[in-house]
Amino acid sequence: MTPAVRVDHVSRRYHGVTAVDEASFALEEGRIHGLLGRNGAGKTTLMRLVTGLDRPTSGSVEVFGSDPFENEAVLRRTCFVKESQTYPDLSVTRVLASARLLQPAWDENLARLLVADFDLPLGRRVRKLSRGMRSALGIVIGLASRAPLTLFDEPYLGLDAPSRALFYDRLLADFAEHPRTVVLSTHLIDEVANLLERVVVVDHGRVVIDAESDEVRGTAYTVVGPAGPVAEFVSRREVVARQDVGVYSSATVRGRLDEPERRHADELRLDLSPVSLQELVAHATHRGPDDTPTPEGGTR
Amino acid sequence: MIDDGSPIFRQIAARIAGEILDGTLAEEAQVPSTNEFAAIHRINPATAAKGVNELVDAGVLYKKRGIGMFVATGARERLLAERRARFTTEYLEPLVREAARLGIHPDELHRLVTEQEVTA
Repeated sequence: MTPAVRVDHVSRRYHGVTAVDEASFALEEGRIHGLLGRNGAGKTTLMRLVTGLDRPTSGSVEVFGSDPFENEAVLRRTCFVKESQTYPDLSVTRVLASARLLQPAWDENLARLLVADFDLPLGRRVRKLSRGMRSALGIVIGLASRAPLTLFDEPYLGLDAPSRALFYDRLLADFAEHPRTVVLSTHLIDEVANLLERVVVVDHGRVVIDAESDEVRGTAYTVVGPAGPVAEFVSRREVVARQDVGVYSSATVRGRLDEPERRHADELRLDLSPVSLQELVAHATHRGPDDTPTPEGGTR
Repeated sequence: MIDDGSPIFRQIAARIAGEILDGTLAEEAQVPSTNEFAAIHRINPATAAKGVNELVDAGVLYKKRGIGMFVATGARERLLAERRARFTTEYLEPLVREAARLGIHPDELHRLVTEQEVTA
């Protein structure tokens, strides 16, 4: 199957700063992907490259089989909801009307439903909207566009938890009826973990994880208990984090556990807990004080 | 969903199996669609489908083309047999281990189990 997006050995440098460093990954059509990583890891730059707002310094980007840069045919099938998107100072109605003109797959009924869901004041000018309302407007446009490739970059600044839950519900419901390629970039990883079929994690501009999210889950666990037994249990494993509090220890180790190992842990009276996707990403993108800077002299 | 670290599709499969075991889903009854499972549990529809398909592969559910997914006849018996096979490792062994830790003599444990049966 042709992927919707193919990023092949892409680097993007700005005045000696490497924002994206030899990144390669493919996003298959009809799936919800997570593009995860810390602030400044290169997520937004990657999305700008994929949506033709920027060009790679080296390497190639293909969207639906073509270079997206200044490519009208590709861009009409793409909707990019940016973090703190700015809009011309029009009323909400006018902004939605312009979005409809730009998005051939736009669904006006869905837009109306979402406007009601998020309580958006149609007559109000965008400049007078609260931050959360502006985010909601972006979400309405992103979902109602039904664009074959829809990217959301931290779409919910200023939105409270119930509104975010509403976004997840509407996204899932509409995606189920109209499957398309969705990219969610967010730092609220635990909230979206179960929505994602695949995750791409970037760090220092590099792809450090590119896998099914169900495969990533369960690839690490935390062992808690008396220091001695914990040390014994983790002795032949890769420990990614460790904390000692008095006579107790907590160690996060990479790998999967089988039944006999679980029983062994129980016999040693150790508590085992799964490591969430959020923590896994944190471990994969850990920056300790002894981290050496990249040869280019660091990343943003 | 309860996060025990197992893949979500497996948790979905276990949940459906549990509902068949306790009779919430009767044999030959239609089960919710994968999109409904996805919406209720707020998970990716492909993940829900994977969980459902695992039960299809195990012969617990079957597809009627164009209509939906149904509980197979004999599914409950099959699931019961499977659970009984796992009962010793999953319940009995931890119970006996904990009893030993607490210094509960096997005779005492036996008495406790019998009492439970009466009150249950």
